[in-house]
Amino acid sequence: MTPGGVLPALVLLPLAGAAIVALVPAAVRRWTGGAFAVATSAMAVLLAIALAASGDGAAAELALGGWDAPLGITLRADGVSLVFLLLTAVIGLAVSTVAVASDAMSGGPRFWPLWLGLWAGLNGVFVSGDLFNMFVMLELVTLAAVSLVGLGGRGSAAAALRYLFVGVVGSLLFLLAVALVYAETGVLDLLLAADSMPGGIVLVTVLALTVVGMGAKMALFPLHSWLPVAHPAAPAAVSAALSALVIKAAVFVLWRVWFAVKDDSAAVAVLGIAAGAAGAAAVIWGSVMALRARRLKRIIAYSTVAQVGYFAMVLDLAGDGSGLGDGAGPGWVGGVTLVLAHGLAKAAMFLAAGNLALAYGSDRLDGLRGAVSRMPGTVAALAVAGVSLAGLPPTFGFVAKWQLLVSAIEAEAWWWAAVLALGGLLAFGYTAAMIRATFNAPGEEAPAPQHRTPVALAAVPLVLAIASVVLGVFSSGLIALIGEYTLIGGGA
Amino acid sequence: MNPEAAVDYSIVPLLMLLTSLLPGAIIFFLREDRTRLRTALNLFGALSKVAFVVVLIPPVVAGEKLRASMEWAPGIDIVLTTDAFSLFFVGLSAALWLVTTIYAIGYLGGSPNQSRFFGFFSLCVTATTGIALAGNLLTFLLFFELLTLVTYPLVAHRGTKEALNGARTYLIYTLGGGALVLIGVVWLTVIAGPVEFVSGGAPEVAAAIDEHPVAMTAIGGLLLVGMGVKAAIFPLHGWLPVAMVAPAPVSALLHAVAVVKAGAFGIVRVVHDLFGLEAADRLGLLSVLAAFAGFTIIYGSVRALMQDDLKRRLAYSTVSQLSYVALGAALIAPLATSGALVHIVHQGLMKITLFFCAGLFAEVIGVSKVSGLRGAGRRMPLTSLAFTIGAFGMIGLPPLAGFVSKWPLALGGLDAEAPWVVGVLVVSTLLNAAYFLPVVYALWFTDPDPGADWSGRRSGTRRFEAPHALLWPAVTTAALSVVVGVAAGWGYSPWSLAEFIAEGSYR
Repeated sequence: MTPGGVLPALVLLPLAGAAIVALVPAAVRRWTGGAFAVATSAMAVLLAIALAASGDGAAAELALGGWDAPLGITLRADGVSLVFLLLTAVIGLAVSTVAVASDAMSGGPRFWPLWLGLWAGLNGVFVSGDLFNMFVMLELVTLAAVSLVGLGGRGSAAAALRYLFVGVVGSLLFLLAVALVYAETGVLDLLLAADSMPGGIVLVTVLALTVVGMGAKMALFPLHSWLPVAHPAAPAAVSAALSALVIKAAVFVLWRVWFAVKDDSAAVAVLGIAAGAAGAAAVIWGSVMALRARRLKRIIAYSTVAQVGYFAMVLDLAGDGSGLGDGAGPGWVGGVTLVLAHGLAKAAMFLAAGNLALAYGSDRLDGLRGAVSRMPGTVAALAVAGVSLAGLPPTFGFVAKWQLLVSAIEAEAWWWAAVLALGGLLAFGYTAAMIRATFNAPGEEAPAPQHRTPVALAAVPLVLAIASVVLGVFSSGLIALIGEYTLIGGGA
Repeated sequence: MNPEAAVDYSIVPLLMLLTSLLPGAIIFFLREDRTRLRTALNLFGALSKVAFVVVLIPPVVAGEKLRASMEWAPGIDIVLTTDAFSLFFVGLSAALWLVTTIYAIGYLGGSPNQSRFFGFFSLCVTATTGIALAGNLLTFLLFFELLTLVTYPLVAHRGTKEALNGARTYLIYTLGGGALVLIGVVWLTVIAGPVEFVSGGAPEVAAAIDEHPVAMTAIGGLLLVGMGVKAAIFPLHGWLPVAMVAPAPVSALLHAVAVVKAGAFGIVRVVHDLFGLEAADRLGLLSVLAAFAGFTIIYGSVRALMQDDLKRRLAYSTVSQLSYVALGAALIAPLATSGALVHIVHQGLMKITLFFCAGLFAEVIGVSKVSGLRGAGRRMPLTSLAFTIGAFGMIGLPPLAGFVSKWPLALGGLDAEAPWVVGVLVVSTLLNAAYFLPVVYALWFTDPDPGADWSGRRSGTRRFEAPHALLWPAVTTAALSVVVGVAAGWGYSPWSLAEFIAEGSYR
């Protein structure tokens, strides 16, 4: 099979799954949904194998219906798409496993059609070759994500509504950017548009709209306030998907557009620094708020606010003022690695927190005493994931932080290095606060949890956490892979 | 060391890590009541690590070097090597791990959460071994940070508010230090590429110093400050007295084997095997280091004098003693270097003895204050004897271990034309005597207070003065600290090995 042939299946398979799952009786929904989840993950692996077999390390491309751009719609996957697709496959499987094991974690049978629809949208964003298609897929992601938040029961409707509002505004800003590109160049294909887009005020406006639009969607400070409300309101499995994946769709679009454009005007440089500064503020603000929060899911949500800051800093760290450079610089590699590391760690964290909340009836820190003795695997997953988020060895997060620090120091950008170091320390601080809450007082028998939870709920986060450690030690192959593929349209 | 020394690619360094990593990993999953299996795993790991060291010493002294490496990121490897210095440190930690394990098994018998404790205990030794075997800065950093993470649960083990707060202070200091080391390592890698430790200084670093002297000074400063946190050099020592809330075997581990030693070892590595003495001196790093170390020696002793709590007194004593290593590392004189190196081992032996004894006093007769030890020598003669040997050693009485480190340090100070070092050592020795001799006097030559009831957690359970598993480790390390002093001239004694390693820095 040619790599290109897999691309439509990545979107259509989960989309078909969403429709089918919605139609089957509720009793068999979770198994049908689980089967589609496995099949969708397999497609990403298939693409990876096909890309590796094609040998040239280049991108897969398919013009739908045989209509080439600029007339038709093109699907495209390069190494970066592949990395995001594989992350989605791994987290998707983890979330699906937990959802099969427990309705309380997923929010019930209504979870499945929405979740598969979300997955289709995510894959769609990652393989879109043109801007409008990207917008449509992003809308699908937003709508599915908002609906999933609504499954969180009491109080979640308000959070979902707020999320919807921000998500739609973000999309509209991006749509405006897309319209400007079309008006200026007459094409929507990303590569063609990037080649023919003249520099100047329109280009700067397009980039600014994208930064602000995607900034809203990925909860970049100061547009973040919806996230600490929406993510904790959702059922735990949904929170994991929202933090680990949905945020990444916006990050992906932002990076793709930003690094496709080759423009070294001062205005673009200023925009990059502004995004980076917002990111730095996000790292500090999110971490401090996480330190002050008293509930597990709220801490983790604020931690996402902080981590999103790093993704914005990548705009400046990976750039050389004119796009991507050779596409293999440590800033870029560090950014992509951080996406993976954060995805694994954050999913492990939310799933572990969900398991604890389910067992102890609440995710309040003061109600978790003794959990470290009663549910050691879950607490260990939480701890290891936190270590990875803090960027400490021997975890995957450290690999990402190392690369980002190298890029910051190479560029002699000391303020970024300071933010990276400080952010790591703060991240460890709120992790330690969570772990500390699970200790029982000396001499006191550890209180037993009120509910027993399925083994899978402890196993899945633990597996993700262990994966973070394994990838932290044996990372060279993956790093080389990320460095080897340049982003479509980037640099060169 | 011979520059053309044979380098063999080998899995032995990896196996040395696994001797503690694997038992640790298994122990985590053991049920609490599997005491025998847990003990067997602990002892098996500790003994096999000692065996590795014993087998490796002769070939390494003969110039052979084993090496294992793996690519971690493009262009940067994780490297484990057994050069003489790394083996020196592994030897110390392996031997003391063995006795501490026995002590800990006795100490914690019957208390909850033992699997967790011994799991992290093994990881802690794994991290220390990794620090010792690290062949480059990246590998060093990996294990340096790992050590911080895995000792945290040990310090917090008791779970009291005090223990948790102490552990938090410990974490804030050491993670902060780790962040500085990280920035230093990354910066150095950006400037000079991945650098391996070479005795006498790495050539890439020498080249980088010529090109970027200012940046390299800053890097050296970052590395030394970051490691100075773990080595408890003033004003970065604040965590050490607070971490005293940990169980006695953990204190022993923190003070003698793992954490503070990792800092001291790292300082020696950076000064001698990364920058090289000459270059470090040219950049002005040595004089600053020597000044801080000298001040810390006096400061720690003065603070120790003021403590009534025995463990706190010992903790400040560690602050002071550790800086001997830093001071010796900062002097350009072979004798001083040898003295610094050998003090890593000697201080370990003596201080672990003292902490074992402090634990014994607390457990058996329930005394943790110096003022409560009056007449305890009658009740616990062997423990008191071990404590006395440790205390005399710390003061530096010949022929005990402490003398064999202080004497060459003083001579080295004269060689390096830094006579003030002798002054610091003399004052410190007087202060050592001032805070240790009253304890010894109280133990042997005073009568017990009439009101002393001397009931500890473990009183009245044995025919002997204390449980065997607690007493004999202390006696053993006390005896060892006599032996290494008396037999310092033997070919494989710590002193001979230290001299051998020090030669490498002056080539």
